[in-house]
Amino acid sequence: MTTPRPDGVVLAIDTSTVVCAALARGGELLATGRVDDTRAHVEALTPLISQLCQQAELAMSDITEVAVGVGPGPFTGLRVGVVTALTVAELAGTTARGVCSLDIAARQHVLGRTASSPAVDEGFVAVIDARRKELYWARYDADGARVDGPFVGPADELPDLPVVGPAATLLADDPRVIDATPLDVAVLAQLAATFADAGLEPLYLRKPDAEVSTSRKSALQPGVRLSLTKRHRQDSATDASSDAPSTGGGQA
Amino acid sequence: MNASSAEPLVLGIESSCDETGVGIVRGNTLLANEVASSVDLHVRFGGVVPEVASRAHLEAMVPTLRRALAAADVDLAQLDGIAVTAGPGLMGALVVGLASAKTLAAYLNKPLYGVNHLAGHVAVDLLDHGDLPTPCVALLVSGGHTSLLLVNDMATDIVEIGSTIDDAAGEAYDKVARLLGLPYPGGPVIDKAAAEGNPKAIRFPRGLTARHDLDKHRFDFSFSGLKTSVSRWVETEERAGRPVPVADVAASFQEAVCDVLSAKTVDAALHHGAQHILIGGGVAANSRLRALLEERAVAAGLELRRPRPGLCTDNGAMMAALGTQVIKAGLRPSSFDISANSGLPVSTILV
Ligand SMILES: [Zn+2]
Repeated sequence: MTTPRPDGVVLAIDTSTVVCAALARGGELLATGRVDDTRAHVEALTPLISQLCQQAELAMSDITEVAVGVGPGPFTGLRVGVVTALTVAELAGTTARGVCSLDIAARQHVLGRTASSPAVDEGFVAVIDARRKELYWARYDADGARVDGPFVGPADELPDLPVVGPAATLLADDPRVIDATPLDVAVLAQLAATFADAGLEPLYLRKPDAEVSTSRKSALQPGVRLSLTKRHRQDSATDASSDAPSTGGGQA
Repeated sequence: MNASSAEPLVLGIESSCDETGVGIVRGNTLLANEVASSVDLHVRFGGVVPEVASRAHLEAMVPTLRRALAAADVDLAQLDGIAVTAGPGLMGALVVGLASAKTLAAYLNKPLYGVNHLAGHVAVDLLDHGDLPTPCVALLVSGGHTSLLLVNDMATDIVEIGSTIDDAAGEAYDKVARLLGLPYPGGPVIDKAAAEGNPKAIRFPRGLTARHDLDKHRFDFSFSGLKTSVSRWVETEERAGRPVPVADVAASFQEAVCDVLSAKTVDAALHHGAQHILIGGGVAANSRLRALLEERAVAAGLELRRPRPGLCTDNGAMMAALGTQVIKAGLRPSSFDISANSGLPVSTILV
């Protein structure tokens, strides 16, 4: 993304919520699509990109620039989008541009404002589902520039401002919700270079759940069960919610 | 397959546990095998933390791919396919490699082969010893797996005839290392400590070898009882104020593990009429297991095959080697919408 070319084809991807991708050339949208499934990122993303390329009558090798939402969002799905962007960028001989996914929601809101949802001077908050009954959120000014965040926390910690973004639907009956539009990365494909660079490491905001191993339990006292669990080599498919160390992985 | 060569050129990606691997093979010839391990990040947790491993995979994937391509010095356009671990393994880790592999295949317009990690541990031996005579009995031992496989055909017919009913062998090594105050991972440190000890000093139990167990679990393994037994023994010594003979405990524990593994592997080969046995997985690098298995295989008139240690641990070359076999067998590629499957059975070699 260092030298945007007017004739270059931009691929935009975001998997912080559902599965989103779009293609644009010189600010003109060629194709955009979304698979509304929060648990099928690895299944749906490549087929979606292929489909968009077909729609735009392009080959993937015509892509010259890549922009990707780096969250915050549930980790497993998020990484699918980021590694896909990194791989396309590597093959295209470019460097992907990482942007905050909440910034995409904020930009969508600002560009999509209508008479029924006019600008609010004090700005607004954009939200993405963080699961575990929490939200990822950031605060924006009236023009959609991020002024605070991103953060993760329960809904009752949100500042008292209008709320936009894909997770606004979770705030049922909250009068502050003014726009619950799902993410669409058309805006990112068209305007990639105008988004703040967020780097390419996902905005995790949460540490991995894991305990440093401590002293051992007695094997002699009756009734004390050792933690001998069957190893399944399996973690939560959805997020980092069950990250007890699975011992023994040091040996392939 | 491209016209310039009779053997398929395959790039393989592996990300099922804590190693990010990219390998490139042509037929049974290894061209590149680049691995980035996150093992150091897991040491303080005493085991692989899935989220930590997944984050490391994302960081390492493209750099590892880049290194493999440089090492093999092949043109991506010449590839006959992309093979990738579709399972079993840690879900969050698997999807990183799978997404990257799908992208490569779609971008390069090459067939995608989502293949089985366990079968990859068998196929990797082809890179060292050529085509595998079948039937063959394969013992896979690592922190994640302890399985006895009957390989009737590398690409189409593998049956699991036995597995652990509780801990994996490598997991028992990690747990025993911890209670002896040795660092994680336990395999290499116990092997080293055992070299100084007496394997007959303490008679630890051999799981599932009693007559009544053999009826139902002839080819299965159990290591949790062994681990508890070692733990009790050590604690008893400590309570009595006696110094724990670490080398003897390590050697006696290792003897119990290797005795059961090698006896059941040889028994399985004789039972199924296999002339060849193969070991794979990280614990296959263990010196005692190799020696005991070799000794018993020779005594039973069997031939033992073991890939070099660098290919026994998880890597991308093993998936590429399996991909080669799948292509040579003329099997259809995988769909681009396949999922990762953390519990993929070994009987499903190609998804
Ligand atoms: Zn393995």
